[in-house]
Amino acid sequence: MVRAENVTKRYQRREGPVLALDDVSLEVARGEFVSIMGPSGCGKSTLLLTLGCLIRPSEGKVWLNGRSVYDLNHKEAAALRLNTIGFVFQTFNLVPYLTALENVQIPLYLSGLSPTQQRERALHLLDKVGLGDRLSHKPSELSVGQQQRVALARTLANEPRLILADEPTGNLDPALAEEMLDHLQELHREGVTVVMATHDPRLAAHAQRRLRLVGGRVNVPSASA
Amino acid sequence: MTTLRLVLKELHERKSQLLTSFVAIALGITVIVAVRTMSHFSEKAVAQELDNLGANVLILPKGATVSNYYSADFGEYVMPESYVDDVTTSRLKGVDNLSPKLTEAISLDGQRVYLTGILPKNEFKSKPAWQATDGIFARPEGCGTVVPGALAKALGGSAQGGNSATGSRQAVVEELGGTEVMAGSDVANRFALKVGSALPIKGERFTVKSVLPSTGTVDDTRVFAHLHTVQRLFRRGRVVNAIEMIGCCKEISKGLIDGLNRLLPEAKVVTIKQIAQTQLNTNTMMERFSLIFLVIILLVGAVSIANYMLANVYERRKEIGTLLALGATRRCVSRIFLLKATLLGVAGGLAGYGVGTVLAVGLGPRIAGVPVLPLPSLAGWAVLLALVVSVLASALPVAKAARLDPAEILREG
Repeated sequence: MVRAENVTKRYQRREGPVLALDDVSLEVARGEFVSIMGPSGCGKSTLLLTLGCLIRPSEGKVWLNGRSVYDLNHKEAAALRLNTIGFVFQTFNLVPYLTALENVQIPLYLSGLSPTQQRERALHLLDKVGLGDRLSHKPSELSVGQQQRVALARTLANEPRLILADEPTGNLDPALAEEMLDHLQELHREGVTVVMATHDPRLAAHAQRRLRLVGGRVNVPSASA
Repeated sequence: MTTLRLVLKELHERKSQLLTSFVAIALGITVIVAVRTMSHFSEKAVAQELDNLGANVLILPKGATVSNYYSADFGEYVMPESYVDDVTTSRLKGVDNLSPKLTEAISLDGQRVYLTGILPKNEFKSKPAWQATDGIFARPEGCGTVVPGALAKALGGSAQGGNSATGSRQAVVEELGGTEVMAGSDVANRFALKVGSALPIKGERFTVKSVLPSTGTVDDTRVFAHLHTVQRLFRRGRVVNAIEMIGCCKEISKGLIDGLNRLLPEAKVVTIKQIAQTQLNTNTMMERFSLIFLVIILLVGAVSIANYMLANVYERRKEIGTLLALGATRRCVSRIFLLKATLLGVAGGLAGYGVGTVLAVGLGPRIAGVPVLPLPSLAGWAVLLALVVSVLASALPVAKAARLDPAEILREG
């Protein structure tokens, strides 16, 4: 599904260049559930964003469904993010002035669906995550768990085949973290490819395959759970 | 969800921030509309006053000079009366009023007096070719002296002239019979002439139709009769020795004089520069004044909008990053911000036009000393101007928004 080939990413910082990813090569098969573990600042987020077509590597290539994503033009890359990739953010990144329903409608609006089609699909998704009665609530009027579910419904709006989850439980209490994990596992069972970055070993243990990222290198491939 | 709904939701959410920018652009347009509306009517009023000073173009026989004209002594200099037809039937723009004259010296009780033949208005009306020129005595559209009917009334005159007898336009005489004359004030005093008095000229008996008020010019020493009567009395044939003309001041600078010279190569066309120039200067001054105002005010509005949009882009970095991560193109992000700038411009332009017009109508009579009416044609310009300023001022912030690196924003957490 997605493959990183000798990916190196350097950032230029005031105090000098920082090596975020150091010659990383990895392949995630279609339908696989992979966790990437590592301490804070080890390059997990950079790796996920690189796989998600958002950070151009300094060296190396990223292939998604057989296409070199950084050889695509801006429009094609945007289309890929819209239709194939779904991000789960640690901080949910909901638009504060939109209601739950409208937040879920955003990817559908970007896909060019009519407002009626957007509404129907968003209603279905919010119903599925148990928020059918919170449609008109703004994020600030929702609990953390509810916000997380709105964000998940938004991620799933265009039925992505690859989910990139960056510390998806970082802001959640244990019960909500468990709930989030259940959602990701359910998606995995439905055939969606999931790559999850986490520093929590218990969460990582639920993945099919665990990778460890240290100092920008994938150096300790773990056994399957 | 639509782009418009997304923009409206955001505008609604951050009303207070928007208000500053909206007020800035609306205020700018308000001042421009108010100044423009007042100066429009002020210019018209000034132009009308200046027109009343008299003719600003003279058509004289080739050898005659302006001195001949002012001294009313043309000697043998004459030119065909048909020149009037040539001008009125030509396609020259800016010809507002024509008055052919033939002046001869006569002796009344041994004193030298000028007898000037003029063509009353009914003579113009009787000629189909002249009627087709849309009325030479009307103020043509586009001329600096056009005053809408309601305003003209408010100014105390009519669209074809006023009540004062000092102006050339007021010298337009509706009718003048073959045996009627009008006496200048000086002549009337010297010879004790009143309306109805008999006045013998060259052996013929004339009746004084009216006594003209004093003008302080050579006209006070004239007796006016019908042009054709004067021509007959002096066996001159169909000739005149001056055609006074009021040219619209703007047209004078746009080639009216050249046009007249080409049309009448055998005549001499003279502009009475002081009057024409004053008219031009007045208009130019007002236009420049408005322009300077406009530029400064629009700059202030533009800076305010640019500042607001930059702050807005910064504040919405995370939202923009999320949109890009969700699959929005840079074009889509630009569209969202440009639509916002467009709405701001249109609303600011409309509000500015409304308030500016109310201010102009309300304060115009006090500030400019003239009655002011709304100028609906300014509404379109106000909206267009506000729109252009708003969109241009937003160009840099919009480009910045579209160029944001979503990865960098998302990594900030």
